[in-house]
Amino acid sequence: MWASINELRERIHADSSEEIVAEYLERIGSSKLNAYITVAKESALSRAREIDSESNDGPLAGIPVAIKDNISTKGILTTCASKILTGYIPPYDAHVIERLKGAGAVIIGKTNMDEFAMGTSTETSFYGSTKNPWDTDRVPGGSSGGSAAAVAGDEAPLALGSDTGGSVRCPASFCGIVGLKPTYGVISRYGLIAYANSLEQIGPFATNVRDVATLFDVVAGYDVRDSTSVDREEKYSSALENDVSGLKIGVPEEYFGEGTDEKVEKAVWDAIHKLEDLGASRTEVRMPHTKYALAAYYIIAMSEASSNLARFDGMRYGLRTEDSDWHTTFSQVRAAGFGDEVKRRIILGTYALSAGYHDKYYLKALQVRTLIKQDFEQAFKDVDVLIAPTMPYPAFKLGEKIGDPLSLYLADVDTVPINLAGVPSISVPCGFSEGLPIGMQIIGKHFDEATILKAAYTFEENTDFHSKRPEEI
Amino acid sequence: MITKKDLEHIAWLSRLELSEEDREKYTPKLNSVLDYFGELDKVDTEGVEPTYHVLALSNVFRDDEINSPTKSLSQEEALSNAPKKHDGFFKAPRMM
Repeated sequence: MWASINELRERIHADSSEEIVAEYLERIGSSKLNAYITVAKESALSRAREIDSESNDGPLAGIPVAIKDNISTKGILTTCASKILTGYIPPYDAHVIERLKGAGAVIIGKTNMDEFAMGTSTETSFYGSTKNPWDTDRVPGGSSGGSAAAVAGDEAPLALGSDTGGSVRCPASFCGIVGLKPTYGVISRYGLIAYANSLEQIGPFATNVRDVATLFDVVAGYDVRDSTSVDREEKYSSALENDVSGLKIGVPEEYFGEGTDEKVEKAVWDAIHKLEDLGASRTEVRMPHTKYALAAYYIIAMSEASSNLARFDGMRYGLRTEDSDWHTTFSQVRAAGFGDEVKRRIILGTYALSAGYHDKYYLKALQVRTLIKQDFEQAFKDVDVLIAPTMPYPAFKLGEKIGDPLSLYLADVDTVPINLAGVPSISVPCGFSEGLPIGMQIIGKHFDEATILKAAYTFEENTDFHSKRPEEI
Repeated sequence: MITKKDLEHIAWLSRLELSEEDREKYTPKLNSVLDYFGELDKVDTEGVEPTYHVLALSNVFRDDEINSPTKSLSQEEALSNAPKKHDGFFKAPRMM
């Protein structure tokens, strides 16, 4: 169980992709995690048989991959975990799906998430909460909670999520697996249903750094259909060396602030000391605008969301209510189709962009974004990577925070600055608190995924946190 | 501070029909978030340029050709998810 890509390739060679896919489908079928919204049973098995018969030698030939349900999959229901996209079957594939298919991967299903990726716990899904495999009374993190729970629960060896303000790293941390948010522009967003497009990136999940790098190699790359796509050729998996000698680590004290659990703080410091023992050096850095990142992030994300989600009006896809006049029909479709959190964000975003408030909220947030970006530029003059907790605490209980939106937003304090600056960050397991996983994030310069992958890989090779598995399932 | 009356106006701009109960329920939560956003008033941003995008991007142009990699969906594909359609068109509600 919990096989790596290499182990799966050997098994596919010896047995077949069909058998492997069938085993995952069986585990999904008997699972209580609610990690999937749609299980693509028939198409996955038929694709596996196809791979078996054509001796495909792609890097992911015959290997199942779970896909967050905001990534368009041709012919497979795609809902964003929202009632408003009831019955929506995309007529095209996202760029990352084309890439995966080209590499021989088998799309096994679409994973649960916070509605339109708006959340930190996967509790705002129209399809019910996903449960954390380490403790099923707890959240898996969000918004890509289904993808992370699927990998941690051995219901898929690999998964894709999306990270707008921490939505890959948070569930990776809460579920004890590895998740990467790449530099803005490295993975095409074509076919990713937009929430806040200046912030979000698709990102890979796996149980180990090598598999994350392999999946990243497959899905990264230039795409003419995303005008923010960056034209770079790089093989990230070749960066994986067990060596951090000479690596300069910066530790921003602002990320260990009030509200950070003591055990989380200790686990991350132990990890930093471990890397020092392995040859890295450490300095403390100051990032003075960090405390303003959360407010700036939410204003920008909600403003972009209010505009992006204007397209959901029941005309071209999804839910449609009884027709009345134009304005009333749209308002009723949207009232019936969106959940509370989505409505709140659309309302606040609309408010922040409305006449009289635009400068006070939206423009101000964009200016603060500049200051936060400059904090990173300043820090990276002296260091190669920054290390900080991914989340200030381990997974919380289902229902614990969902009633108070602000308390839930505050959980994102250490992840959102990274999206505002557009830099890459990888979350890796670095400890446990009362049986719950703790994650640390290794943050890099723009386009320097190679360095953070190498540091993460070295940490993993010299510790065994990543090899612990939940017992409950 | 958003009042219930403001909320009615913003909901209209957002094309979201809210019931009286919704307005009652949302107003305090929206205000607690807005209070928090007020934190930004403490930051001196005099003369700071806004960052709309993190990468130095300029407009991207392509040739105006069909059958390029950017080709659009067929009419049939585009209509495949429409809840209401008529003679190859999306069917919208009446304007007035």
